[in-house]
Amino acid sequence: MSTPTAIKPQKPWLATPKERAINAATIVGSAIATYGLVAITPLKGKLAYFALYFIIYIAADFFIHLASRGISAGKDAIARGVVTLGLVVALLPILSILVTVFNRGRGGLHWGLLTHDMKMNSVNDPINQGGLLHALTGTSILVLIALVISLPIGILTALYLTEIKGRFAGPIRFLVQAMSGVPSIVAGLFILSAIVYPLTKAYSGFVGSLALSILMIPTIARTSEEVLLLIPNDLREAGVALGGTQWRTVAMVVLPAARTGLVTAVILGIARVAGETAPIVLLTGGGETVNANPFSGPMGSLPFYIWKSFAVGSAESVTRAWAGIFVLIVIVLILFVTARFLSERKTSR
Amino acid sequence: MSQTLVEPMKSPPPPRELTSVPRFSDRVFRGVVTSGGLSSLVILGLIFAFLTYQGFSVLRSQGFYFITGSEWALITDDAGNMIADQTKFGIAAMLIGTILCSLVAVVIAVPISVFSALFLNFYASPRLKKFMVAVIDLMAAFPSILFGLWGFFVLMPSVEYWGKLLHKYLGFIPFFKMEVPVFTRSPFVAGVVLAVMIIPIITSVAREIFSQTPLDRVQAAYALGATRWAMIKAVALPYGRSGVVGGAMLGLGRAMGETVAVYTVLNIVYQVNWHILVGAGGNVASMILLKFGDAGPAEIKALMAAGLVLFLLTLIVNSIANFIVKRTGKSGR
Repeated sequence: MSTPTAIKPQKPWLATPKERAINAATIVGSAIATYGLVAITPLKGKLAYFALYFIIYIAADFFIHLASRGISAGKDAIARGVVTLGLVVALLPILSILVTVFNRGRGGLHWGLLTHDMKMNSVNDPINQGGLLHALTGTSILVLIALVISLPIGILTALYLTEIKGRFAGPIRFLVQAMSGVPSIVAGLFILSAIVYPLTKAYSGFVGSLALSILMIPTIARTSEEVLLLIPNDLREAGVALGGTQWRTVAMVVLPAARTGLVTAVILGIARVAGETAPIVLLTGGGETVNANPFSGPMGSLPFYIWKSFAVGSAESVTRAWAGIFVLIVIVLILFVTARFLSERKTSR
Repeated sequence: MSQTLVEPMKSPPPPRELTSVPRFSDRVFRGVVTSGGLSSLVILGLIFAFLTYQGFSVLRSQGFYFITGSEWALITDDAGNMIADQTKFGIAAMLIGTILCSLVAVVIAVPISVFSALFLNFYASPRLKKFMVAVIDLMAAFPSILFGLWGFFVLMPSVEYWGKLLHKYLGFIPFFKMEVPVFTRSPFVAGVVLAVMIIPIITSVAREIFSQTPLDRVQAAYALGATRWAMIKAVALPYGRSGVVGGAMLGLGRAMGETVAVYTVLNIVYQVNWHILVGAGGNVASMILLKFGDAGPAEIKALMAAGLVLFLLTLIVNSIANFIVKRTGKSGR
């Protein structure tokens, strides 16, 4: 009796060693060819290496696939190469930005940044004097007020578009889209013309927040709408079928189901306005001292600090600007990672 | 003799009253949500009303010259009062600059974004995709002043070189022509910076749309023997077309109104400049910011009017794009 031999499971969709060898050879070969071409032709520079490498790689990949599996495989190879190139090009700036901010901002960092303001210092003083305290408190207050104003309005708008679907849903969707196109400087001018000139006649943090919330509302509304639209209709029907009113269905079923997306909407909203410079420059006056009262007196903020330091243009002030950007980026990163973490936990449960 | 298993109830509960009138809580809910939903209408109306109110005197005295003219000269008498009939406010030069910069940005950004979105959805492994999506979303969160400074210190030297290449090899196209070879701080540089800024937006919109491609159609294409590219061409692109246009529109809107990045990178010169490689230009938003600092009351009114024009311009662009999205959306599905 021969024992039945266990059939080894096969994975025909995986690349065979031979295919993998060919792929590796293509990558290495086109790198060598690029180096050679740059050496013997008048082309030069990083751009030449980059562009040539991808052209050669895509061409080689195309011909290999054309020879082995025909024209449609060849086209597929070209598409894969081009699409990969697209992602690489999209990612290059972010790498470059992070590296630049780290390299240039590092020089201006010291712990005093978090405990001092610029009351006693000018931007041209040595880097280790003065700090960002006024800017940090200012930005937090500005963003917080803007969020308190825009979050309810944004989510209500999204609910109107997805849950009520009233007579005006079409026009409102159009208007929200239009509102997201409102340039930040126009928001600043609007608050200037509607509130600062006729009413308060002075710079303050609050008017800055008003301008920021104009920019924040459409971001939150659009993102929340997209999220709410992804909630399956079955959930709503189930809620209503169980005897819930529309209010209960939305509050207990739809919004909790969309919570992850709503958090994303808030984060995107904050990110949209945290570094917004133009309306801040027009409206808040940019003080040098810590001002916790948003209703009176100029209020400093990170974007304004960066803006002003960069505009002065001396070596110290530009380093200050980069240090400010470093801090701003760290804040954005922390916010971002927190949001990711929260939404991960929600989805994995 | 039949036996009932369930004993009949002695007194059945009164039947629930069936009505189509919404409960009180629902009426409150609908009222609150509707009023919240109308807020965008109110805000946009207020923006239009107040900017018109503030800029009206300038618009009336300048007439059509405000849009067609390209001279910005505030003439005052010895006492510092504005002489109305000699003062000229025309923003045509800056309007042209706005359109040029944002078009350059969109032309560069859309292919890159669509390719990255396709890569993320159909080529990347799940882990790579998750990571890359996070990175690109992070980039969308970067503030515009960062792009401005990065563009000024890092990107500008390379882009100048690309500009020289374009001029050398494509100089016969009118846009790339130039009399004086000054490549620094040109609208092209600003356009590239704007492109970098709008890539994440367009990518994330396109990615969202492509990721909603119906799985049955994707599987059907593969089952029919399609390669990945054939599947994308036959299923994903037709499905996602409207979303891509929507994303591009979002990017265009942001590029047109971008203030700080353009202000930082561009050499703002008040003149009509169609040649995108020449180092002079501007856009309406950055011009407002530039002139606002030392503007008197009369000039501020003119800047309000310029803001109104910018507001209406972005509104019109969005409406046209919205129309396109609706139409392609219908044919795509």
